[in-house]
Amino acid sequence: MIMTLIDLALILALLATAVMMIRLRNLFAMVMLAGVFSLLSASLFVALDAVDVAFTEAAVGGGISTVLMLGALALTARHEAPIRRNQLVPLGVTIATGAALLYGTADLPLFGDPAAPVHTHVAPYYLATAPKEIGIDNFVTAILASYRGFDTLGETMVVFTAGVAVLFLLRSARRSRGEVSGPRDDAPDARSGKV
Amino acid sequence: MEHHLVLRVVSKLIIPPILLFGLYVQFHGDHGAGGGFQAGVIIAVAFILYGLVFGIPRLLRVLPWRFIRASMAAGVLLYAGTGAASMLMGADYLDYAPFGATPVEGQHLGILLVELGVGITVASVMLAIFIAFAARLPSQIKDEEW
Repeated sequence: MIMTLIDLALILALLATAVMMIRLRNLFAMVMLAGVFSLLSASLFVALDAVDVAFTEAAVGGGISTVLMLGALALTARHEAPIRRNQLVPLGVTIATGAALLYGTADLPLFGDPAAPVHTHVAPYYLATAPKEIGIDNFVTAILASYRGFDTLGETMVVFTAGVAVLFLLRSARRSRGEVSGPRDDAPDARSGKV
Repeated sequence: MEHHLVLRVVSKLIIPPILLFGLYVQFHGDHGAGGGFQAGVIIAVAFILYGLVFGIPRLLRVLPWRFIRASMAAGVLLYAGTGAASMLMGADYLDYAPFGATPVEGQHLGILLVELGVGITVASVMLAIFIAFAARLPSQIKDEEW
């Protein structure tokens, strides 16, 4: 009962945040609300017993993303331009997508259903063998780092590639404009950027 | 933001606990929530806070750009190198069993190493992206602009 109330309160707060983000035109407030949204979803993940996911959502969605969005915002305008086009087509697309998603959720197994495919596939094997084979308490870590070590290596590569790509993009843009204020390889102290 | 005394004092107070918490999440991930990815983000946040309050030039005196860039690759290399090491010791790629006296001990060491690799790469990539953005900003943003 109390968990249902907490879930309901969190979902309603999520909805309210989303509606406010749609209605606001101030981008700074929007970025802050996006952080609030992430923090609320992190709380929801905790309520669903997915602490590791909640941790990531709070740190990445609520923390780093907000800072990076603010950094991007400082380079552009502070207010969203008013929309003058006809909004009926976007509204129709949104309603159709939402209806399709709602229709799709009808086929999903209930939360915590022991007969759900996710609980009958490899999960019982991991739960049975991880204490003997890996011997660490956190199954999430055992699966991520050992059973699924290849996937995690791929994810680390993705993070690395994303970092390299951003550095290439931002550095080449600066070079073409002939600025020298950013981080450069040859002159590590020739920077003046300050937030 | 160097003229904000409160921000400067408070951030100096909370940066050490953030770093300590990051290390805790990194090395306690075997037993509780968290792991290399979350720890990397938390450690990056500590340095980003320092950069936000004291400016990017001072951040880059603490962590030189060359070091951040090298760490991005070093984490992936540590992860992939752990796999290569296990292959050299006669096991499959990323099978940590030969690292210890018993397979379980080997798993512990292997997981520690790959999580450390993830943490190093995530922390330095987050930091590098932040610096790449922040270094493009005008040198001082007025408070009234917000």
